[in-house]
Amino acid sequence: MTPTSRTLARVPVWPLFVAVAFAAVALTALVMIENQKLLGAALVITAAVCFCAARFGGVAATEVAASENPWLLRGLLTLASLAVIFVLRDDNFGLLMLATVLIYATICLGLTVQMGYAGLTNFAAAAFAGTGGYTAAMLGQQGGLPDALVLVCGGLVAVLIGSLLILPVLRTRGHYGALTTMAFGVMFNVFLDANDFFGGPQGLKLPGINLFGWDFTNDIHIFGLMLSSYVNYVILTGILTALAMIFVGLLDRSWIGVWFDVVRLDETAASVFGLKIAYWKVLAFTLGNFLAGLMGAVYAKMTGFIAPANFTFGDSLVMVSIVILGGIGNRWGVLPAALIVVLLPEKLQFIQEYRLIFYAVLVIAILTMRPDGLVARRVRKLHTEASA
Amino acid sequence: MGMIGQHLLNGLMQGTIYGLVAMGFTIFFGVMNVIKFSHGDVLTLGAFGGLVAVWAANALGLSVPLQFIVALCVAMALTAVVGAGISHFLIMPLRNAPPLNMLLMTMMVGTAIREAIRLFFPNGTNPQRFPELLPAGGFNIGPSFFRTDAIILIIAGAASIGAVYWIINHSKFGLAMRAVAEDTETARVMGIDFGRIIPLTFALGSITAGFAGMIYALYYSEINYSMGLLLAVIGFTAAIVGGLGNIWGAIIGGYLFAGLQTFVVAAMPSMSDYKNVFAFVLIIVLITWRPTGLLAERGSERV
Repeated sequence: MTPTSRTLARVPVWPLFVAVAFAAVALTALVMIENQKLLGAALVITAAVCFCAARFGGVAATEVAASENPWLLRGLLTLASLAVIFVLRDDNFGLLMLATVLIYATICLGLTVQMGYAGLTNFAAAAFAGTGGYTAAMLGQQGGLPDALVLVCGGLVAVLIGSLLILPVLRTRGHYGALTTMAFGVMFNVFLDANDFFGGPQGLKLPGINLFGWDFTNDIHIFGLMLSSYVNYVILTGILTALAMIFVGLLDRSWIGVWFDVVRLDETAASVFGLKIAYWKVLAFTLGNFLAGLMGAVYAKMTGFIAPANFTFGDSLVMVSIVILGGIGNRWGVLPAALIVVLLPEKLQFIQEYRLIFYAVLVIAILTMRPDGLVARRVRKLHTEASA
Repeated sequence: MGMIGQHLLNGLMQGTIYGLVAMGFTIFFGVMNVIKFSHGDVLTLGAFGGLVAVWAANALGLSVPLQFIVALCVAMALTAVVGAGISHFLIMPLRNAPPLNMLLMTMMVGTAIREAIRLFFPNGTNPQRFPELLPAGGFNIGPSFFRTDAIILIIAGAASIGAVYWIINHSKFGLAMRAVAEDTETARVMGIDFGRIIPLTFALGSITAGFAGMIYALYYSEINYSMGLLLAVIGFTAAIVGGLGNIWGAIIGGYLFAGLQTFVVAAMPSMSDYKNVFAFVLIIVLITWRPTGLLAERGSERV
C-alpha cells in the first residue's frame, strides 16, 4: 500500500464486538430454548434487533469495522464459535442441527461460486452432495482408506460426475442451462431409487468419521468436562466452512473474481476481451461441485445413513433458495439464510409438519420484498479510497 | 407382439399430457419470458378441484356425463383463476427481476400449492381414487386391445391443443398476446391493455394444465398431491427440447419424451424403472447438440 495524503479517520471497532456477541447469544438461544413461547419471543427480539441495526446504520458500521480489521473479525468469530460450542456441549440435537446448518452453508458457498460469481445455474446441488455421500458409503464398505481421503474422494467423485455435465453446461445458457442440471438432479434420484446395488430407496448405512486416529463417535473429555461426540462434527464442519469462506473470499477478491463477473454479466463482452469463457465456467462448476461432494460425504458420515430421499430435487431447491435468500453472490448471506431455512423449521414444532409450505411462503415474501436477498451484494470497488 | 398397440396408445396418451403441459410453459415464456414452474402443481390443483366437483355432483345426484362436464368446468375454471392470480400478484410485480429469481419464486409457489393440497385436503398425503366417468371397455384390432376412454382422451387432448393453437394464431386475443410477446412497449403504445392481456394469457396457459390434469386423472383413475412435480419437470424438458417460445416445438418435445419412455419400456421391460433416466440422458444429449432446442427461437442476440 502506498501512503495516502488523506488519512482515514479510524473506524470504531466496538460495533464488531457487539454484532459478534449478539449473533453468538442469539444463535445459542435459538438452539437451546425448547419452550415454544420463549422461542417465539427470542425470534421476535432477534428479528427486531436485526431490523433496527439495519435501519440505524449498525450493520453498515459493523461491515466497515469488519473489512478494516479482518483478523479481528476472524478471531472474534473463532472465540464466539468456541463459546457457543461450550454452552451447547451436551445438547446432541442442537449440535447436530448446528453442524447441518454449517454443511448446508458450505454447499451453498459452492453454489455461490457457480451461480453468484460465474452465473451458472445449478439445480442439482443436492445431487452432487449425494454423489459425495454415496462415494463415502461405498468406500467405507471397502474399508482400508483413511477417512480424510474418503471425504476428499467424495468431493472428487462429485467433480468427476459433474464433468459429464460440463459439455451441456458450457453450451447452454439461461433456462436451457437450468434444464440440464434439473434433469441431472431428477435422474440421479430415479436412478438410485431403482438401483439395488446402492441400497435402493432404503439407502445405505455407514460408520462415523475417524480422522487421523480420532474417533468422532466418542465423547470428548477435557479438564473433567464431558463434551458430546457431536462437538467433533461441529468443529470439523466449522473449520471446513471457515476454510471455504476464506477461499471463496480470496477468489472473489482476486482477478479470477473479476473475470467471473465479466463472464456472468456479459459473455459477448468477455469473449471480445479475450477471456476463455469455457475455462472460467469449468473452474467455477468444478469448485462448487467439489464443495458439495465433500460436504455431502461429511453429512452422510455424520448421520450414519444415506438414502436417495435425502438428496431430492426439493433439497436442491432448498440450497438454491438459501443462496438467493442470503443475497446472490454475497458469501456472508448464506450463513443467516442457511440458519433460517434449516434451523427454524426444526425448532418451531408447530411448523414442522408445515415446514415446506412455511419456507415456500417465506421465500416468496423475501423475493417480493427484498429481491436482492437479505444481504445484498456490494458493487465491486476496484479503486482505493484515496483515488476516489 | 400384442403389446405394441398398448404401448402405442400409452405413449400417445402420455405424449398428449406432456405436450399440453409443455404448451403452457411455452405460452408463459413466449409472452413474459418467464418459466412458471408452478405449472405442474396448478395441474394437480385442477385435478383435485375436478375430484371435489365430482363428489359434489355425485352428492347432488347428477348423471355421470353431467358429473364429467361439471368436473371439467370446475378444473378449468379453478386453474384459470389460480393462473391469473399468480400472474397478477406474483409475476407482474417481479417482472424486472433476474430470471433466476422468477424461476425460484414460481417453484416456491408450486411447492406452496403442493404442500397445501397435502396438508389441507382430507387424507391428502395418500393417493386419491378418481371415479371413472368415461365409458369403460374397448375393442381389439388384431392382438392389441384399445381402451375406449383412452382414445376419447387422446382425441380431446389433440383437439384442445388445436384449439389453443387457433386462439393464439387466429383470434383477436391471440393477436394481442403475440403483439405483447413481440414488443411490450409498442403493444402498449398501440392501445393493448397490458394489465388485462397478461393475466388472460396466464389463465389460458393454466387452463391447458387443468385440462391435462383431468386427462391424467381420468386415464390413471388415481391422483396424488405430488404428481405435478415430475410432470412439470418433464413438461419443462419437452418445452425446452422443442425450443422455448415455439408451440409446435413444445408438442413435438412432449411426444418425443413420451416416445423415449415408451421405447425403453417396450424394448427393455426389465429396465422400465430406469425409463426416466434414459429419457433424461437422451434429453441432455439432445440439448447439448442443439443448445436452444430443436426448433430454435428466431431472432439474433441483442448485444
